[in-house]
Amino acid sequence: MNQLGFPILSLITYLPLLGAFIIATLSGDEAKIACRARAIALGFSVLVLVLGVYVWTQFNTGIAGYQFVEAMPWLSGINVEYRMGVDGISLFLILLTLVLTPIAILSSNGIKTRARSFFAAMLLLETMTIGMFAATDFVLFYIFFEAVLLPMYLIIGVWGGERRIYAAVKFFVFTLAGSLFMLLALVWIWRHLGTTNIAVITHAAIPAHAQMWLFLAFLAAFGVKAAVWPLHTWLPDAYGEAPVPGTIMLAAVLSKMGAYGFLRFALPMLPNASYAAEPLMFTLGVVAVIYISYVALAQTDMKRMIAYSSVAHMGVIIIGLFTFTVEGIEGALFQMLSHGLVIAGLFICAGILTARGQGLTLKNLGGLASNMPVFAAALMFFTLANMGLPGTSGFIGEILVIVGALKVNFWVSLLGGAGMVLGVTYSLVLVRAVLFEKYARPELAGLKDLTGREYAMLLPLAVLVMWLGVYPSSFTHAFDAPINALVQAHSAALNPHMALAMVTAK
Amino acid sequence: MTELYALLPALVLGLGGMVLLTGGVLAKKSETTPAVTFGAVVLLAVAAVVNLLAPDTLIWNGLFKTSLFTRFADTLVYLGAIAALILSVDYNKREGIARFEYPILVLFAVIGMIAMISAADMLTLYLGFELQSLALYICAALARDNLRSTEAGLKYFVLGALASGLLVYGISLVYGFAGTTNFAALGEVFRSGTAGVGTIAGVVFVLVGIAFKISAAPFHMWAPDVYEGAPTSVTALFATAPKAAAMALFLSVMAGPFGHLTGQWSALIQILAVLSMVIGALAAIGQSNIKRLLAYSSISHMGYALMGLATGTVDGIQASLVYIAIYVVMSFGVFGCVVAMRRNGQSVEKISDLAGLASEHPGFAFAMAVFMWSMAGIPPLAGFFAKLYVFATAFNAGLDTLTIIGIVASVVSAFYYLRVIKVMYFDKGQPNFERVSAGAGFVMAVGAFATIVFVILPGPLMAVAGEAAKALMG
Repeated sequence: MNQLGFPILSLITYLPLLGAFIIATLSGDEAKIACRARAIALGFSVLVLVLGVYVWTQFNTGIAGYQFVEAMPWLSGINVEYRMGVDGISLFLILLTLVLTPIAILSSNGIKTRARSFFAAMLLLETMTIGMFAATDFVLFYIFFEAVLLPMYLIIGVWGGERRIYAAVKFFVFTLAGSLFMLLALVWIWRHLGTTNIAVITHAAIPAHAQMWLFLAFLAAFGVKAAVWPLHTWLPDAYGEAPVPGTIMLAAVLSKMGAYGFLRFALPMLPNASYAAEPLMFTLGVVAVIYISYVALAQTDMKRMIAYSSVAHMGVIIIGLFTFTVEGIEGALFQMLSHGLVIAGLFICAGILTARGQGLTLKNLGGLASNMPVFAAALMFFTLANMGLPGTSGFIGEILVIVGALKVNFWVSLLGGAGMVLGVTYSLVLVRAVLFEKYARPELAGLKDLTGREYAMLLPLAVLVMWLGVYPSSFTHAFDAPINALVQAHSAALNPHMALAMVTAK
Repeated sequence: MTELYALLPALVLGLGGMVLLTGGVLAKKSETTPAVTFGAVVLLAVAAVVNLLAPDTLIWNGLFKTSLFTRFADTLVYLGAIAALILSVDYNKREGIARFEYPILVLFAVIGMIAMISAADMLTLYLGFELQSLALYICAALARDNLRSTEAGLKYFVLGALASGLLVYGISLVYGFAGTTNFAALGEVFRSGTAGVGTIAGVVFVLVGIAFKISAAPFHMWAPDVYEGAPTSVTALFATAPKAAAMALFLSVMAGPFGHLTGQWSALIQILAVLSMVIGALAAIGQSNIKRLLAYSSISHMGYALMGLATGTVDGIQASLVYIAIYVVMSFGVFGCVVAMRRNGQSVEKISDLAGLASEHPGFAFAMAVFMWSMAGIPPLAGFFAKLYVFATAFNAGLDTLTIIGIVASVVSAFYYLRVIKVMYFDKGQPNFERVSAGAGFVMAVGAFATIVFVILPGPLMAVAGEAAKALMG
């Protein structure tokens, strides 16, 4: 079956589901259930994290294809198999999910009502997300991709803020509408290639005119999920209204699903269309970076400002992916991981203020650096990482993308890089408004600094951000094999175009 | 002997029904109703088992056939009828309509459905069609002191009679031009793949008559009113067993005697499918009554199921059968939920009555959410696979436009299913529902369980439906 001899990926995927099931059967009074449900959820999410790390230690970085492969007959009637596997691209996204779920669960002590359903939904979300990254059959991928909507819809709608219902419905309808185009693409692929095995369909030759339609379908599905400008409008509402743990999962993990979809399907499967769409995607990316940075600057709410910064960073990721250079794509992938960790840190900081009964309107905050020094340091650290300070993970991702872009197009590189400068402005505005100046309201002076639980959430994230920033090659060397293979296959598929592009670039 | 064996399920139901009727009349007390219902359920279960063991035959000079296809469709009918009877016990008692005739009428309706499904001749088809219709007209008006129920019964009767008229007129035209009513003989007559205008007119009338029964648009007008007016336990029956039977009949007539005329009727089926999907999706948006919403939902589901038939291929029939099977399970489950919507001794039917249900009855709300999501076609629930199969086969058969319309309609319909979940989970409210009866709880649990675990084991149903489709197409 695979090098371990047992289906470890399925185990990692479905253990949280078992946890959710156990939580659903709990009974007793409300407070006791909440306490037990959180403990069980935390236990299961840590357990699968350990298994995930074990997979990492057994992972062979020299192989470009899938490892820990599982295959079973499933929908035999239409020739679809149950297939799981990881490669260097999905490995770290799975690990990111595994790391962030326990942290999100830790951050959920504000959930008092219907705690049982909440923790079951969180574990369900973890199952769906990991399954999506580990699926190596398109139908299976689609199922997990869509199924993520179910727990997320409830998490936003039941435990969210004031405009939660609007946000939840908008989130659901936007993503569903996008995904159904992907369903069309899926049916087309199944009909014309006769299989939905991702390893096979990514190397199939697809006629150029069909590629364009497929690309548009993927753009609708993955563009909405990755919140590519102008398909991002659901995002500020969803991020702003979701409860903190939900926002962490949305911003850190779920937004990566779209970028992952581009990387897994659009780029390798549709080389001609991807190449033809390059100017479009660069434009969307650059607009996201510059325009959304300005929009972020205009926000008056901490959570929404972070949400818009997230859209701007997705722009960088999109630029990186469509450079079709090893640097650019590795940078984009690196940026996905880095952004996941950093944005989670920022939203946890916002959650810390919410947990102390504070609203997140910027003009009602201020001066917290003097009575919450550790909190201030943490917020400052994640903000700096968010704007890409050297030594943090954000720097590596952005510099790789800019280098990749420079190889293809000077202006994209320049304008994408300009976004970093704009990032500095809104980040500093955020930090100033929250931490410095004088207290906007007297009660802010009485806020206590971090508790042990909050240390437990922020420390691992900070350590990881530093690790990625200082020693990136412990991660990037796993990217090398699959991404080199992807870039080579890509340039082979459009040899004449590519040669021309090289000349122009020089 | 094989003749008897093939008829055994119908005989069990018919003779058993007579015995129950006699018993009920002699006892003459409404307390006998639970016992009679129990007897009817047992008879249905016995018939279902016997049916599964029955051999393939063609008896009575080609009037009545049994095959894997009929066994498949019969099983769905039994499932729907058993679930509806289980739901009726508690509901009918609380509504004061616990008449012992009801389970017996259901038994006779089921015999009619079996005759429809097993029909190998236009005359058997018509007999079965009428038998089930007559029994169901009475069921719709079961709450005879209730204005809406009598109205529903009357409406169903008048429009059903019109449908029967169209059907029998179509049969007469086909007989007049082809000279036979036997399915196999008709198949021979149309082997060339062409037919005269008169025959085609006959085929169209037959098609319209059956389209009435499955409430495919534009012949769907009766469905919302009848669904709303009939007692909920009866609506649960209408949404499952007769739909499955009529759909199976549709498949067996179109793919059987008229199988060679695919080129002539495929476009009509496509039109029915498109109209059903679109009207079902759009008209449901404005509904505030859950039963009307489900009526429109059922109309759109029939549209999806017809997509498979529109291809006229074995794969398409298979996809339609899978769709109907999943539809029946989702439907009886969801009606288990609707039956359980009771407050202060009265049944309530507004969607807004569900507000706050998730806090009060988490299990109930979860089951309802599962059905809504499944009907909307969200993976990993069974409804997604049902849609995936019909989309895949329709697309594969080159019906691209139909597939795209189906997908768009599916997004639109997701919106109103989602609204029900929104009301249950997000809105504040105190439904104060009464305790869910054991029967309703059982039906919703079974339905929800099947809907969820289908993803793990889709193989058997797919395989059986495939064999059934092959048995039908020969």
